[in-house]
Amino acid sequence: MQVASMYFKERAHVKLHDTQLQLNLTKIKYKFVEKRRSAMTELDDFEGTREAARGIRQRALDDLDVWLTIFEENARARGATVLYAQTPADVNALVLEIAQRHDVRKIIKSKSMVSEESGLDHAIEGAGLTVVETDLGEYILQINNYEPPSHIIGPALHKSRDEVADLFHKRHGKPRKEGIDELCLEARAELRTHYLTADMGISGGNFFIAETGSVAIVTNEGNATLTTTLPKVHVAISGIEKIVPTLEDLATLMRLLPRSATGQSISNYVDVLTGTKGPGEFNGAEHMYFILVDSGRSNVLASDVREALRCIRCGACMNHCPVYQNVGGHSYGWVYPGPIGSILTPMYVGLEQALDLPQASTMCNQCGVVCPVKIPLPDLQRKLREKEFERRLRPWYERAALRAWAFVAARPALYGVATRVGIRALRMLADRNGMIRKLPLVGGWTDERDMPAPAGRTFRELYAARAQARPVAREAAGASR
Amino acid sequence: MRVGFFVTCLVDLMRPSIGFAAIKLLESGGADVFVPASQTCCGQPAYNSGDRADTITLARKVVEEFERCDYVVAPSGSCSGMIKTHYAELFADDPAWSSRVTALAAKTYELTDFLVSVLKVERVPGTFAGTITYHDSCAGLREMGVKSQPRALLGRMEGVRLSEMAECETCCGFGGTFAIKFGEISSRLADNKCQHIVTNGAETVVLGDLGCMLNIEGRLRRRGDATRVMHVAEVLAGDLPPGA
Repeated sequence: MQVASMYFKERAHVKLHDTQLQLNLTKIKYKFVEKRRSAMTELDDFEGTREAARGIRQRALDDLDVWLTIFEENARARGATVLYAQTPADVNALVLEIAQRHDVRKIIKSKSMVSEESGLDHAIEGAGLTVVETDLGEYILQINNYEPPSHIIGPALHKSRDEVADLFHKRHGKPRKEGIDELCLEARAELRTHYLTADMGISGGNFFIAETGSVAIVTNEGNATLTTTLPKVHVAISGIEKIVPTLEDLATLMRLLPRSATGQSISNYVDVLTGTKGPGEFNGAEHMYFILVDSGRSNVLASDVREALRCIRCGACMNHCPVYQNVGGHSYGWVYPGPIGSILTPMYVGLEQALDLPQASTMCNQCGVVCPVKIPLPDLQRKLREKEFERRLRPWYERAALRAWAFVAARPALYGVATRVGIRALRMLADRNGMIRKLPLVGGWTDERDMPAPAGRTFRELYAARAQARPVAREAAGASR
Repeated sequence: MRVGFFVTCLVDLMRPSIGFAAIKLLESGGADVFVPASQTCCGQPAYNSGDRADTITLARKVVEEFERCDYVVAPSGSCSGMIKTHYAELFADDPAWSSRVTALAAKTYELTDFLVSVLKVERVPGTFAGTITYHDSCAGLREMGVKSQPRALLGRMEGVRLSEMAECETCCGFGGTFAIKFGEISSRLADNKCQHIVTNGAETVVLGDLGCMLNIEGRLRRRGDATRVMHVAEVLAGDLPPGA
């Protein structure tokens, strides 16, 4: 996907003033936040389960090479082919190679965010083949000229029912439907014909299970089941980090994934697919391929933000992020929005392309406390801020201001003088209500807010004056020097 | 019990009255308050901007100033959270400093938490009449576990009626330098917070962090709203001498 993360601020500005979008974004709170909260109360021990999930994911990453080898052996033993893609371009090339090998003309896809990274649909169409997205959200975006997804669980979350109704009416050429059920049925009817005529199905993979060589796919619409079993070829694409050692591990993670994502105890469908269709078996593809994608993941593993790879893509961090809730997913300018995106995007596309993302957080840590695998998201954002600072990627004036403050704060006498002068100057800018309406140099504060003016004398001044009147206090103050 | 009082730079510069209110509360709770005169800033602005070297300099300064106290108390969840939850990581490769920092972290408290958990304060000196809605600051809540403590203390004041606003735990949008770098987004988050405050209808919004205070008060006033914004220490300590 084209990277637009360098325009975060400009895009966020537009989104903040898009009244329809602002209305659409309000559903995050009842659709995701409230439902998650109530679903988590079903667990006897949320923190214990969360700690177990963290451990499972971390152990898999600690010995990733070993688990990948075990996965590969077990998948091959069941007749599947395991391929590795080092770059996004490799993903597209491998898919087209497989398509050519099996004379594929039409491809159906269930949801795969990894395939968004490489713009796979465009590559497929560029090769003259047909591709149809079957996840309802992805389908909506595809028929809207491949609009980018704005959320990893609900790709079309930014759209209202009315906007979808208009789009279906325009694209399907049928009378405009009003109800969500009717709209779903219309999409279903459109998609059914494709399931039956496709030669190849592409799915993502929520997890790869090492001990069985299986892929686990979590959905609500049943489209992944059809996509992976009706066509003769199934290609499952996901990141190399999605390995879990055992089915038991999968069971633990599944206690948290649907609850964290959509507030469901369990999603409508959980497919665990192992190998090709065997003799006498009714279901399954005749040819099964796994494409395990690196595309920057091994660099993350070698970095100090490696914990981000524990991510199980539930979307809870973005659902609970006050910034995401207000600017929406498109502002972030690439596949993964919100707190996790502000770490993965700079790591996958280059820090220079996404300088604002690690900064675009209040560090409130609401994301960190809901993350089912305990990724310390603000700490990782700070690690990237450190890289930006070290590599002098921030504006000179920002660096100068910070260093000046630190210089002064490290020298108590200088601090005393500088702050006395500074706050008196600031005080002079106040109006009669004690508010500063416009601050020079830091207009970002006062464009839409006042700045309450300082009281006029510092605590240190006042305390020193008081200490002179109170011998006990003076002694205490003196003892610190 | 020798309690080192960490004023915090924002209180020092913007609202010294909060510092005096906090000292009054600590003393009335039986603490022997010690205020190192050389104290300045905990280093959080540098830390959250990725400037580790300057953060380490300031962190060492704080450790040297306060390590001889039995406790360190700050009228801020954010600054006490910096010492308690972030300093250790800065010195992970420096065993000598690491143990000093860890020892300091263990005795560092946010003001209301200290009043309730350590001093076990039953009565507070202030008087107050009116409806209060409490805003939970992010660091206070999620780093320092401050939630029930300020409410318990306020609840003991005759004349205080507590009324919870919607989304009291949601960030007000301050975020330190975020408020300047992303002024427009920050202002929107502040506006959402103000909307909840106004909808709640309380006469006073009370909170425990200066950053949130400046942000919320600044946005309320720009909206033309006169809802009073007070630090929890000011409410609990009550009337203060003029000029303080």
